[in-house]
Amino acid sequence: MSSMILDTAEKIFTRNANVLSPGTFDVVHWTEVEASGFTLALLAEEAGGFGLSAGDATSILRVSAKHASRLPLAETMLANWLLADSGLPIANGVTTIALVDALPSENCRSVVATRVPWARASGAVVVVALDGRIGSFDSPRIVAHGMNFAGEARDDIELVWSEEISKAKAPRRFETYLALCALLRVIGLAGSAEAALKLSVEYANDRVQFGRPIGRNQVIQHQLAIMASHVAASTAAADMAATAFPLVLTDEDRFKTIVASAKIRAGEAAGICASIAHQVHGAIGITEEYRLHNLTKQLWSWRDEYGNEAFWSEVLADQMLSMKTPSPWQFLSREAVHVD
Amino acid sequence: MDSNLGSDFSNAKRAHSWLGFDAAFSRSLGKRGWVGMTLPKKYGGHERTAMERYVVMEELLAAGAPVFAHWVADRQSAPLLLHYGTEEQRLEILPRIAAGECCFCIGMSEPNSGSDLAAAQTRATRKDEGYCVNGTKLWTTNAHKAHYMTLLARTDKSDERHGGMSQFLVDMRTPGIEVRPIIDLAGEHEFNEVRFDDVLLPPTALLGNEGDGWKQVMGELAFERSGPERFLSSFALLNELVRVLSDAPDRQARQAIGRLLGHLMVLRHMSQSVAGMLQRGENPTLQATIVKDLGTIIEQEIPEIARTLVKVEGSLESADTFAATFARTLLAAPSFSLRGGTREILRGIIARGLGLR
Repeated sequence: MSSMILDTAEKIFTRNANVLSPGTFDVVHWTEVEASGFTLALLAEEAGGFGLSAGDATSILRVSAKHASRLPLAETMLANWLLADSGLPIANGVTTIALVDALPSENCRSVVATRVPWARASGAVVVVALDGRIGSFDSPRIVAHGMNFAGEARDDIELVWSEEISKAKAPRRFETYLALCALLRVIGLAGSAEAALKLSVEYANDRVQFGRPIGRNQVIQHQLAIMASHVAASTAAADMAATAFPLVLTDEDRFKTIVASAKIRAGEAAGICASIAHQVHGAIGITEEYRLHNLTKQLWSWRDEYGNEAFWSEVLADQMLSMKTPSPWQFLSREAVHVD
Repeated sequence: MDSNLGSDFSNAKRAHSWLGFDAAFSRSLGKRGWVGMTLPKKYGGHERTAMERYVVMEELLAAGAPVFAHWVADRQSAPLLLHYGTEEQRLEILPRIAAGECCFCIGMSEPNSGSDLAAAQTRATRKDEGYCVNGTKLWTTNAHKAHYMTLLARTDKSDERHGGMSQFLVDMRTPGIEVRPIIDLAGEHEFNEVRFDDVLLPPTALLGNEGDGWKQVMGELAFERSGPERFLSSFALLNELVRVLSDAPDRQARQAIGRLLGHLMVLRHMSQSVAGMLQRGENPTLQATIVKDLGTIIEQEIPEIARTLVKVEGSLESADTFAATFARTLLAAPSFSLRGGTREILRGIIARGLGLR
């Protein structure tokens, strides 16, 4: 992973200290993030990006999650990639993604998309339907405001039919788009879990009870060791999924398998990590003032967004069971189509 | 496997996993060039990369091949000899390991020294003609079949807990060694008690330097803990589960099986990255420890999940493959988080890695 990108991201996301009310983000900070080019990080050079690997591009999101920077970055980053991938013009500013059962049509001119990330701040929405058709909508009407635990906007919006939208194509399968969204959450989960571990270890070394740091107790050490192993699994899941990103273009099935695995693993780790982090911290960890909850709320929100563990487990099992002779090992070790 | 073990080598037999012992099968793997793969050619090896060796190990484990006759020698004794053995020992023993003909056992644990390895009391006293060994090793897997043991023994009265220990290469035919069987809860004979009564070893038996035993053993454990056998031991039962359920899997079954696949996919990714670290000459102790801890949890979960999805009364003698495979896996499961370092020891290592100890 390029250390220059990480250093830049680290600098930019560390500066974000403004505490804002839930459902909003720091516009000045966002301007800085946009100016740094992060929103174009997933794009290929010919599409206006910088030719970063998916691992490098997503490492920016990992840093952002570690600092609990509440920004519409993951959505804008992927929305831009989706637009480029579908041959649609790249939008300016905050752009988001909505998944719906069907696009609006002449018969059903209005469709409501629910829990759309940061819709209230978005100039454009990339909408994907179950049939794989994908289209872009400008300034959609907000039907209802909502939020996740982490204070990120999750709004309901109304999408209205236009001549334009009736021409929408379906370059990929719906579940591939869902997996792309899930991939972003896996990256965020890994970053959040990593930061929660760091905070918990620091706290265990600092906090003195019974005359010594609580981290000297074997029970606490073992709890943190369990957490560390789940953080390692979560990080490995994120690396695995990011590395698989180019497969979107060549082998959507395998891409889905890998992201499904990653979301299952990172999702399960999220609950365990949040629970141990809070237990180690004791009462201070559940106060609004202390920053642990910013991380654990990300863990609790993102594990359920774009398919929870149960959902993706069924997807994986169905993929394996649909083999001519279902074989767990052949399924696990299937050679991915090599991508240069 | 089909040509050596027959196409009817059932999942119940495969459930022995890497603890299945078949000397003829190990020899045939040696003939294929699949043992001692990374060793130099002048020692009978094939100068393959660690990743190539990893691929072969995974395939053997996934298939439930009986590999125990050569597994320990290939995994940790060969690298140990390559590093610390005399040229004569390397020329004599490494080609036999690469041929799949040489079985090693590991003399670490003792009656009063299990997880607390530094408490070992077996003593090797220097004499004019070499070393005289007295003491008892316990839980020594395959000692009754092994040609050699790598022995950890005390060589001086160091005050330092980890000092004063040395490693020796012991020919199991040396007079004064007595091997007594210990039968495990599944009725299997893998463990032994090994008694050393004035056993005289030649001076060349010393591996590395006197006093470096602890350091060398810790290096060896990195090999012992890092392989794919730490997450694939229950794989035969997963295969059985899929076989039994694949006709009409309900939602609960699909969720449970899919979850296991997801976890195994990530574990495999982690295990491969440990192999990559070994290949680059990095020290993967912490990463290997984490993979073993997570891997054995999944290995132990598989029989528990299997019995919630399929009605079964386990029996080793059962003609029903599922019941027999389930029984074999369930009865082996407690050992997964004991052998090669208990779960608690591993978590201590992880905690130290976090800066808590």
